[in-house]
Amino acid sequence: MDVKAIREMFPILDQEVNGHPLVYLDSSATSQTPLPVIEALDKYYKEDNSNVHRGVHTLGTRATDQYEGAREKVRKFINAASEKEVIFTRGSTTSINYVAYGYARKILQPGDEIVITPMEHHSNIIPWQQAAKATGATLKYIPLQEDGTIALEDVKATVTEQTKIVAVTHASNVLGTINPIKEIAKIAHDHGAVLLVDGAQAVPHMKVDMTDLDCDFYAFSGHKMCGPTEIGVLYGKQELLEQMEPVEFGGEMIDFVDLYDSTWKELPWKFEAGTPIIAGAIGLGAAIDFLEDVGMDNIFAHDKKLAAYALEKLKSIDGISIYGPEERGALVTFNIEDVHPHDVATVLDMEGIAIRAGHHCAQPLMKWLNVTATARASFYLYNTEEEIDALAKGLLKAKEYFGNVFK
Amino acid sequence: MSLNNLDTLYRQVIMDHYKNPRNRGIEETGDGVTVDMNNPTCGDRIRLQLKVEEGVVTDARFEGEGCSISMSSASMMTQAVKGKTIEDALKMSSLFSDMMLGKEIDTDLEMGDIEALQGVSKFPARIKCATLAWKAMEKGVKRQ
Repeated sequence: MDVKAIREMFPILDQEVNGHPLVYLDSSATSQTPLPVIEALDKYYKEDNSNVHRGVHTLGTRATDQYEGAREKVRKFINAASEKEVIFTRGSTTSINYVAYGYARKILQPGDEIVITPMEHHSNIIPWQQAAKATGATLKYIPLQEDGTIALEDVKATVTEQTKIVAVTHASNVLGTINPIKEIAKIAHDHGAVLLVDGAQAVPHMKVDMTDLDCDFYAFSGHKMCGPTEIGVLYGKQELLEQMEPVEFGGEMIDFVDLYDSTWKELPWKFEAGTPIIAGAIGLGAAIDFLEDVGMDNIFAHDKKLAAYALEKLKSIDGISIYGPEERGALVTFNIEDVHPHDVATVLDMEGIAIRAGHHCAQPLMKWLNVTATARASFYLYNTEEEIDALAKGLLKAKEYFGNVFK
Repeated sequence: MSLNNLDTLYRQVIMDHYKNPRNRGIEETGDGVTVDMNNPTCGDRIRLQLKVEEGVVTDARFEGEGCSISMSSASMMTQAVKGKTIEDALKMSSLFSDMMLGKEIDTDLEMGDIEALQGVSKFPARIKCATLAWKAMEKGVKRQ
């Protein structure tokens, strides 16, 4: 993989921040956008912009073809059985909410269980808290191992015959843990439950295969995988999506509309009310082409190598605590003794280095870690070992600066 | 910008309040009003205890967790409002907001160490850290 050539596709990386070359280590929050995606958006607005599925005119046909073409790209990318199983949404959060409203609230009875883990992002916790409150179902947590992984025995011990929904992240946005989805799916199915997977942190970095994973719902976001913001995907098995109710109603999603009653379009359009996110979907399609050109296996190997390098580099710094297992995705979450993560992030920003500091939308996990906030550096296909060296150097400066202050 | 510019933000007096916070620790007597506030985007949290007698803040104490800016600002705020009337305390809070917007402030009120936080206005991402304690104070005195 030619990282230098890849970096040239990302014009945003070629700039100075606070007098230093930008070192962007916050791709888990949002990834940068390569030229082919920017150009696809540009071309769409300059040449093809039109509403989809309704115009008889030529631009309408072009926009529709590209929008539906993007759906087919997503289907192939995640190996879904049919394009009916690919719903375009605003992002992972919306995708999960659709299932929590349209599916969970329909099937849950008092006494039923929803099972999640403490390592979930808020977007895979709160929709289930709300669904549990609305239906009288119970929310249960699979405990975490000391190193921030999940043991399958604990999944087996938590999921019961009363469990109707299991919702788990594929890759943790804090710990970097990659969860054994295929095995969890099997346990869920053995108990008659469905499995929803939050794939926001996984799809950008690894090949995901819906047929192989055998999960029932899978949610992810475009902006973390080189695509634009405001586009995401909900994958669902066709038979489940057929049972699921739409959450939004209006134009685009209807079949017949009468004065007092209406019927819905078939899948996937029944879940896409209103003018859809046309440009976003086309941009996501271009992002998928770009990622496949580089190769998901190459990206996975590159990101993993960077994470291992960062882990080794950061471990050599005195007074640093690193969270999560050895075997991890493309990020390192840490704290430096006596320096609050916000202060770490400000010192690094002065060096042109962008990291994330805070609770990472995972307050229950912060409690589990017994911290209020952490710093996180995350990596993607355009990052280099030199950038990690810059990070390590920056962290030493932060330590030195605050160390002096405390003397 | 270089690391020296960090000195604009992290002035010595700020670091002193961070290291040796004044009025830290809530009294368990149950007197006065207690306000909990957090910054939902970053996880900083503060618990502020205020005692007000006849319109004057007689005691202000805090505890919490957060970065150097939020904790030093809380320390400075408790020091500044103690002995002030509610009216003056609220006026100081408004002056502090102006200061965070980079405005020059001109007042007869004794602002004390607070002016050391002026540099925060040049770090927009950190303004919310500095204003957390003041927001808690406003909420507390309005509850009186």
